[in-house]
Amino acid sequence: MNLMSCNTLTVQIANTRVCENLSLPLKAGENWAILGMNGCGKTTLLHTIAGLLPAQAGEITLNNINLSNLSRREIAQQVGLLLQHQEDHFPGTVLEAILIGRHPHLKSWQWESEIDKQLAYDALKLIGLDNFSERPILTLSGGERQRVALATLLVQQTKVRLLDEPVNHLDIHHQHEVMKLLTTNNNDVANVFVLHDVNLATRYCDHALLMFGNGETQQGNCSDVLTEENLSKLYQHPIKEISHQEQRWFIADSH
Amino acid sequence: MRPITFIIFLTFISIVLFIGTLFLGSVPLSFQTVWLSLTESNTENASLIITELRLPRTLAAFATGALLAQAGALMQVLVRNPLADPYILGVSGGAATAVLIGMLFGFTSAFGLTGLAFIGALIAMILVFVLAHQKGSWTPTRLLLTGVVIAAGWGAAISLILTLSPTKNLHGMLFWLMGDLSYSDSVSFAFSVLIIGLSLSMLLSSQLNVLIRGDKLAATLGINLKQLHIKIYILASLLTAAAVVQAGSIGFVGFIVPHLIRLAGITDHRFLLPAATLGGGILVLVADTAARTIIEPQQLPVGIITALIGIPLFLYLLQRDAKQ
Repeated sequence: MNLMSCNTLTVQIANTRVCENLSLPLKAGENWAILGMNGCGKTTLLHTIAGLLPAQAGEITLNNINLSNLSRREIAQQVGLLLQHQEDHFPGTVLEAILIGRHPHLKSWQWESEIDKQLAYDALKLIGLDNFSERPILTLSGGERQRVALATLLVQQTKVRLLDEPVNHLDIHHQHEVMKLLTTNNNDVANVFVLHDVNLATRYCDHALLMFGNGETQQGNCSDVLTEENLSKLYQHPIKEISHQEQRWFIADSH
Repeated sequence: MRPITFIIFLTFISIVLFIGTLFLGSVPLSFQTVWLSLTESNTENASLIITELRLPRTLAAFATGALLAQAGALMQVLVRNPLADPYILGVSGGAATAVLIGMLFGFTSAFGLTGLAFIGALIAMILVFVLAHQKGSWTPTRLLLTGVVIAAGWGAAISLILTLSPTKNLHGMLFWLMGDLSYSDSVSFAFSVLIIGLSLSMLLSSQLNVLIRGDKLAATLGINLKQLHIKIYILASLLTAAAVVQAGSIGFVGFIVPHLIRLAGITDHRFLLPAATLGGGILVLVADTAARTIIEPQQLPVGIITALIGIPLFLYLLQRDAKQ
């Protein structure tokens, strides 16, 4: 069964046709990569799937229920979204920033329990910031802040995780740590990654959605979709495939 | 310090100040006189000073500060800018304009004036938000700037009303406007609004903790943004209105107090809101006591004192933010 699916979805923002008649089934255990050039509407599509933006046509369903029939809270219990930028105008501790991820699961008068706090500590450990719980978030580096945002998503414990450039600001080591963390043992979770690094997609994702910026999209298994020809068309730049230790690598060729 | 300890500490300070301010004033009173005038009803002069002058004023000062600080804390979450405050965003100005119009037409009841102030505050708030709205969202900076400009507009409207007012009312109107607590009555009404307001905002406090991290994030965490925004609009307007009716537009309390509470390490709104309420009460109580004792028997409007504290702090924060 599909956890979530987009049926004949058409999304347009300003003058950009983001997608046309897109049908995208998301099943548990799948890892999707969304690839495309800057400004082709990857973020818009992700926000539309999360129910934050309206679609021009088509529907999005969560467990076969139309998203528009669910409250924000009901959606938040099952669909999480990692935003590209974190907004911090006010002080607060890392623990506080992570615990808001529990909000959709708590009643309005309910305080976070020890179990909720433990989830937050566990998440901190998973993202490699073990002793950061009392650190003021305003003192974190870009990469650390990004990982804290990821921890917030983890404690939200959703079946669908939409991740807008999750490796933004991260060094190579942490890029791989984060991708590994999200794609290991995720049998009951569907991940959708917006990525700029094709090689992270080939390595950690099983499905890919290519967005060409004119409403046209292409999807399928990574092994079928991610080819020299498709990627060169996608990025309007010659892309070469090389093989190294049975792993496919894509590099930008010079013009 | 643990948040709960901090709140108990603020409560203790409030009680001490409550009692302390009863002894301060141009007429020195002994402990016995104060005690007797509070416990027994009599009509001696000393007793009247306490029950008719000092006690109501102490209560009014506390309530006004508490209302403003709470309104400020709410508005800061709404616009996601720590510099927001009912005075700076022009909400006090809108409320004051409405009250002055009411006074011009001879309104006197606190209930009626608060109603007018509420409408004025709500109009001011909606005006700022509608004008700052752009492409379906607003930026905190744009919102703040729009508020400042609108506040200037209210200032002009107030000047116009004062020009049209009969001379005999002018002195009272002016003092009330500058933030003067010596004319305030209906303290119990202000306290009712304060307690209802605090209870309602406490119900929203965990949502505020999420909203403060951004609209988009809050929506992904299950917050109905439109609903929450409207609740905050109404609550903040109501709190501001009750404060303005008490003491005109006292500036900067709404922004100084939540800021100081955050500096003390309290950022969770379930603690921040009650702490700001107490802190606001304390600040205005101290400022007002200073205002009525510094050059006694002459009295200053309390707004002058809060501006003296608020303006340098505001400028300092603005400069610090620019450096970051």
